[in-house]
This record gives sequence, C-alpha cells and structure tokens, in this order.
Amino acid sequence: MARKTTQTRKAVVTIAAWLIGIVIFFPILWTILMSFKSEGDAIKAPLAMLSSPWTLESYGEVQARSNYALHFWNSVVLSLGSTLLALLIAIPAAWAMAFVPGKRTKDLLMWMLSTKMMPAVGVLVPMYLMFRDLGLLDSRIGLVGVLTLINLPIVIWMLYTYFKEIPGEILEASRMDGASLRSEILYVLTPMAVPGIASTMLLNIILAWNEAFWTLQLTTSKAAPLTQFIASYSSPEGLFYAKLSAASTMAIAPILILGWFSQKQLVRGLTFGAVK
Amino acid sequence: MATEHSRTAARLMVSPAVILLFLWMIVPLGMTIYFSFLRYNLLNPGMETFAGFDNYYYFLTNAAFWDALINTVTLVVGVLVITVFGGIALALLLDQPFWGQGIVRVLVIAPFFVMPTVSALVWKNMFMNPVNGVFAHIAKSLGLQPFDFLSQAPLASIILIVAWSWLPFATLILLTALQSLDREQQEAAEMDGASVLARFWYLTVPHLTRSITVVVLIQTIFLLSVFAEILVTTNGGPGTASTNIPYLVYAQSLLNFDVGGGSAGGIVAVILANIVAFFLMRMIGKNLDA
Repeated sequence: MARKTTQTRKAVVTIAAWLIGIVIFFPILWTILMSFKSEGDAIKAPLAMLSSPWTLESYGEVQARSNYALHFWNSVVLSLGSTLLALLIAIPAAWAMAFVPGKRTKDLLMWMLSTKMMPAVGVLVPMYLMFRDLGLLDSRIGLVGVLTLINLPIVIWMLYTYFKEIPGEILEASRMDGASLRSEILYVLTPMAVPGIASTMLLNIILAWNEAFWTLQLTTSKAAPLTQFIASYSSPEGLFYAKLSAASTMAIAPILILGWFSQKQLVRGLTFGAVK
Repeated sequence: MATEHSRTAARLMVSPAVILLFLWMIVPLGMTIYFSFLRYNLLNPGMETFAGFDNYYYFLTNAAFWDALINTVTLVVGVLVITVFGGIALALLLDQPFWGQGIVRVLVIAPFFVMPTVSALVWKNMFMNPVNGVFAHIAKSLGLQPFDFLSQAPLASIILIVAWSWLPFATLILLTALQSLDREQQEAAEMDGASVLARFWYLTVPHLTRSITVVVLIQTIFLLSVFAEILVTTNGGPGTASTNIPYLVYAQSLLNFDVGGGSAGGIVAVILANIVAFFLMRMIGKNLDA
C-alpha cells in the first residue's frame, strides 16, 4: 500500500515538475524553434509557425548582414581575456590569504567584497569620460580591464573558499618528507587546486559573457560583444523575428552549455561561499 | 608556522589585487563626487563652475527622481517577492523524488544563463508584442483584445522579465539548502506525529531562513542596477513609467550631457546600494571564519 502511494506521488510530482520546467524553459525553446523558420513564417500564429517548413536561412543572413562573427569573437576575447587576467591577479592573492592568513585577512576579504557592492552607475560618468579621453571607447582593451576589475572580488573569494578546503596537514606532511617549497607547490598543492580554479574560471566566463552594463555603455560597433549586438535589434527597423532568434540562439548557446556544467559551483560563487 | 619570510611573500602576492581594487574604487568614485559639485555640461566643455549642492538639489527635487526611486523600489520588491516565493515552491517541488530530475533541473536553471539583452528582446517581441507575440495570439484565439504589455503596464512587464531571469538563481540556492536538511530530524518529527505543515514551518523554514536572506540581499544588489532590460524594452517610458535610478542617471549624463546632475544621481545610487550592502556584508562576515 505504502509502496503504491509513493509511486502515485512520484508520478504526480513528475508531471508537475516537468510542466513547470517546460513553462520556464519555453521562451528559450521558442526562440530556438523560431530561428529555424523563415521571416514570413516566424510572425504567424504559434501553430501555423510550428507547422511551417524548417530552414537555416536566418543563420546565414545574420552573418551576411551584420558581421555576426566579429561580435561573437569580441565576446570570446572579452570574457576569456578578462577571466585569465583576473585569475592571474587573484590566484596569488587568494593563495596567500588562504595559506598565510594574517590578523587582517578577514577584513581584507570583506573590503574586497565591498568593492563589488558599488553600483556601476555611481562611476558611469567618470569612466565614460576617462575612456573618451584615453581613446578607449569601443576598444576591447579598455573593456577587458573593466570586466577584470568588476569580477575580481568574486574570483578572489571563490578561489579563497576552494583553497581553504585544501588541508594544511598535507603541506606539513610533504615538508616532513623533505619537499622543497617549489615541489610542494608543483606536486602537492597544484593538483588539489586545479578543480577550484577551473570552476572559478567557468563561472567568471559566464558572468563576463553576459555582462550588460559596461559592454552597452562603452562599446558601439568595433569592439561590441554579443550583448550590444543583440541590443541593436531593439530598434524597430531592426526587428526581424527569425533573425533575432537566430542571433540570440547563437549568443546564448555556448553559455547554456557551460552553465549546465557549472550548476554546483554557481551557488558557491554567487553567494560568496555563504551557501555551498 | 608562518615565518617572517613567508609573510613578506604573502604580502607581495596580495598587493597587486589590493592596489588595483583600491584604485578602481577610489579614483572613479572620487571623480564622481568631484563632478557632482560642478556645473558641467558635455556640450559646453571647459565651462565648468563650482555649483555647491545645486546638482543634488535639482536631482532630488526633480519629479523624475521620485518616480525613479519608486520604480526602483517597486522593481526590486516585485522581483524579490516573485523569485523568493516562487523559488521556495520550486525548490520544494524539485527536492521530491521524480523521474527526469536532472533534465528538469537543467530546464529550470537555463534562464539564468541568458544574457539580459536577449531575454528582454525575446520577451518584448516574441511574447509581449501586441500584434505578433505569443500572448497576443493566445488572446486573439480566445476572442480577447490583445494587451500591449510594454505600453500599458511597462514596469510590471519588466518585473516579469527580470523575475524570469532571477527565479533560477533563487531556486538553485534554496534547493541546495534544502538538500542539506537533516533527513533524520525530519523522519523523527514525522514519527512523533508532526503534520506536513508543522514540519515545514518548524523545521524547513528555519533551516531556509539564512539562504533566503542571502538570496534577498544578493539579488537586491543586482536588482538595484537593472539597466539593459529597460534600455532595450521601454527606454524608461512611457514618460518615466519604467525609469529606475540607473536609467535616470544614464539619461541625465549621457543623453542630456549633464555630467554634474548625472554624477549627483550616481552618488545617490551609491548611498542607496550601501545601505543594502551593509546588511549583506554583516551576513557574509558572520559566516567567514578566517
């Protein structure tokens, strides 16, 4: 009897969960479906739209008309560049704070976090003017710098929480065995730190890819990543459903795939280790 | 364990990060404060004069500021209510055993990875458009008049779009918290005859309180600076119906070229965010045993 009720219960939960899951995912699904339709079919009523023939023409047109590849490449350069730069600065810092903690390490960490709390509009005007005067507007270099700085606190925090979990006893044991500092870092610590660094990198790429304040304010065309490129579809003359769908699908696909791999790390990274 | 030598090395390793973050925090912010006391218009460069608190006075007494403040608070509270209650409900549901858990989880989390400009434009055109949107087609097939979401209810529509993006975040964190709930305690309570409701109220809710606080505070930080969704859907309009403080500052400084006024607005935004940040930092600090 009990067995039967749990089975019924499981079936009910299954239906409810799938229904809600599909409703939440529906806008993405709809965008993907629409990207494989012709412009004329995309604005038809939902059922007529679905039954119309499938085509890849929108994907071809997006590239032909707007140099999609350039904006995609800009997104790759900005997110990868800013992530690597942030790791380069953050790994030594997090390392030192985790393994050689001082009296003020906690204050230092909290202060770093507090820089993340500053709203971007608070510094919009001077950043814009500085970029203008230095000729950095619409340049990838300038934006890589800004994206590095805005994500640096999260990167340091995430790395710190991972490094903290590496047990100190292992270091002591390797020292007892006569390992030098160099071999200690190379053979003991590095292998244990790599998974943490990899997940930090993954989360930061996602955040940088989707960043939509500075990328919108500081780029126009040459250095514009996908966030800015997609925003250009908001003007009425740029309104083509099938092409917007194709451009959107290509813009979100890489991150959806990366994101699904990083679900677990996401929680830790975005809550600064407060929820694991 | 740490020797004088390793301390020096540690300081050297931390300093690049500290110096960069310090400059990033102090230089632009200092300039914003400086500009906020100037009469400074980008159309008349070189004509800056000291303005005292005039910019603050004009910014704070402008009707648009109060509209923007109310809109900002409405947006933050609206999204929080939807995502926190929706997130709790969803997390409780997804925590039950069912077939295809992995796939449903992936479906539910997906919106979080969609860049803001994409989610806003997809909702605006494919769903809320009064002629070709999915909602309009549904309304027509039911014999109803299609509703023009973004001009009739701009702020509510933006709340819906932003809530869709953040619901996965709340769900994911609350689900993670639920999974660390003590199962034995639950079973013991069940044996002792505690009802489902009593178990939820006395065991689950207290366990979730901390995570809910974290969700609320972190989301507030991000929601206070919602910008892209407004830029690509309504441009803050009609009138100021969907203008929030970040959008107002942007319009003031980069569309009206009023650097002084925009900077004053920026400082007001910093102060508002700091009030929230103060509580968030205390939460996280308590949790940190460095």
